[in-house]
Amino acid sequence: MSSTATIIERAAPPESGPRALIRRLRHGDEVAHVLTLLFAASILLITSMVVYELWLNSHLSRAKFGWAFFRTGVWDPVFDHFGASPFIYGTLITSIVSLVIAVPLGLAAAIFLSELAPRRISDSIAFLIDLLAAVPSVIYGLLGIFIVVPLMRTTIGPALINTLGYLPYVGRLFRGPNYGVGFFTAGIVLAVMVVPFIISVSREVLLTVPREQREAALALGATRWESTWKVVVPWARTGIMGSVFLALARALGETMAVTMVIGNDPKIAASLFAPGYTIAAVIANEFTEATGDLYLSALIELGLVLFLMTFILNGLARLLILATERGGGHP
Amino acid sequence: MRKRMLVVSLALAVTAIAMAQSSPVLLNAAGATFPYPIYSKWFDVYHQAHPTIQINYQSIGSGGGIRQLQAGTVDFGASDGPMTDEQLAQSKFKVLHFPTVLGAVVPTYNIAGVTGELNFTQKALVGIFLGTITKWNDAEITKANAGVNLPNADIVVVHRSDGSGTSYIWTDFLSKASEEWKNKVGKATSVNWPVGLGGKGNEGVSGLVKQTPNAIGYIELIYAVQNSISYGKVQNATGKFVKADLAGVTAAAAGAANDIPDDFRVSITNAPGATAYPISSFTWLLIPAQIPDAAKRDAIKGFLHWMLNDGQNYNEGLSYARLPKPIIAKELKAIAQVQ
Repeated sequence: MSSTATIIERAAPPESGPRALIRRLRHGDEVAHVLTLLFAASILLITSMVVYELWLNSHLSRAKFGWAFFRTGVWDPVFDHFGASPFIYGTLITSIVSLVIAVPLGLAAAIFLSELAPRRISDSIAFLIDLLAAVPSVIYGLLGIFIVVPLMRTTIGPALINTLGYLPYVGRLFRGPNYGVGFFTAGIVLAVMVVPFIISVSREVLLTVPREQREAALALGATRWESTWKVVVPWARTGIMGSVFLALARALGETMAVTMVIGNDPKIAASLFAPGYTIAAVIANEFTEATGDLYLSALIELGLVLFLMTFILNGLARLLILATERGGGHP
Repeated sequence: MRKRMLVVSLALAVTAIAMAQSSPVLLNAAGATFPYPIYSKWFDVYHQAHPTIQINYQSIGSGGGIRQLQAGTVDFGASDGPMTDEQLAQSKFKVLHFPTVLGAVVPTYNIAGVTGELNFTQKALVGIFLGTITKWNDAEITKANAGVNLPNADIVVVHRSDGSGTSYIWTDFLSKASEEWKNKVGKATSVNWPVGLGGKGNEGVSGLVKQTPNAIGYIELIYAVQNSISYGKVQNATGKFVKADLAGVTAAAAGAANDIPDDFRVSITNAPGATAYPISSFTWLLIPAQIPDAAKRDAIKGFLHWMLNDGQNYNEGLSYARLPKPIIAKELKAIAQVQ
């Protein structure tokens, strides 16, 4: 009886209804589909809720200052004048300085580890680099205070002021009083923090470049360096860019290490040695003791601005990747 | 004999059961970080003496303490600065202020070749932090420090970058010392500093001052004492230069005791009295005037009584200055306002 029933059931055309659904679910495909979809959707949900909450709670500040919030350079909790420009400037400058230092360093290290170093050395160093990426940022901040800041004041700073300071145009970045803390010091500490991301991801990407690519270049008479620089690196370009933007995202949002070495002074200064401030740092510093409603609202609007900056920069990153792909080089 | 023992043990058992049955009271509080060490000590000792009463204190900062109290998420709050009239008006219920301990803020500096204690006039401190006095050998500084060889070097000012009660006390003092400071900068847990670098926390400020030649900053007295950091004397309202210590801080509170308002919302910076240290302040517990839950009300009132009497004995051990007697007497009377 039961066996005939199953036979009939199997022979029947695909049916709809709860029973069929259960049977389809038993195979797991649908369950996996729905579950993964839910998790993917939750990312979207969380992101939009963050933006919604920031938007809602920054209402007072947005209503009072409007677009002037982006232009104003005053941050005065006593008289309730708030402007974001020094913080936006500080966030951008420290991130740029960190990338200028970290990208060549990280890329060169990744090329060495993937192309030139013996596999065993490469793997063990990669392990150490992953460890570096896991060091808490407050440790980097303390190292910054006790090692980078004094070095900056006594050695690196004066050396740069006496050399690069005399250059036309760029020179103004390297002039002025040097306290040891400031944009440049924050940039150095950030560079140390983001370089493991660049090395780790770039190395992985370079390792995935097919062996045939290298062999073909070598067979055409290219030197080892030429094959690396003209064939392997362009092939991995998209992945390397990805690592750089991962690093940028970390640099933009870094709080603890930056606030310990940047000097925490909301001013826009041409000199890289001047003290400054970043968005993440001011939020961390002032949020707990922000007593006034407008004050709190302005801090939350700063959070919104940081979110917006990350969004725009990531968008630009996508465009850049698209543009380079169209430009050729990649198969 | 045996019968009597039985009766006694029975009675003991009954009371033990009765005590176990009196339901535990859990109080939640949040606020200032500056008095956190003494508060956690107090709440712990009080819990051991009264096992049914447990007080959880989250040191989230004065601003957060005030906001959580107003939102009703905690039973009482704590703040390093009194609530403003505006904040009290916004509050849905009446809030009472109870001073608990006293703290002070001291100037610390790092000048090459200067090892002794410097004297700071009020004008000098205002000028340095306003940025109008820029050299260490400025006449305003040297005239109070005869015999000290002050260099012709630029002063590097260091202030707190994080919002804090320490900055509140410091700027409150500068506001009283100078009209210009009051109108231009004002007093708050964070202000728009005219000059200087920001360091995070007492450790950030003292670290920057220690590292940077010719720097000056301000830190909590407790922090300076516990870490043996040297600091300068400050001129008080009577013109005398006073070095901060616990006695001087209590003296400042005693000097202000006569004019203290009934709601205890008072600043005691620049208080009268020859021995009063001018940069001192209370820190407050913020208690709702109406507490509907009788068990919680009794627990809070009981704790306030204990804190003002026995609790004060723990202060010196943790480097907090004790409240002067007239203020304790006045506070004990005010406890009756909690209903």
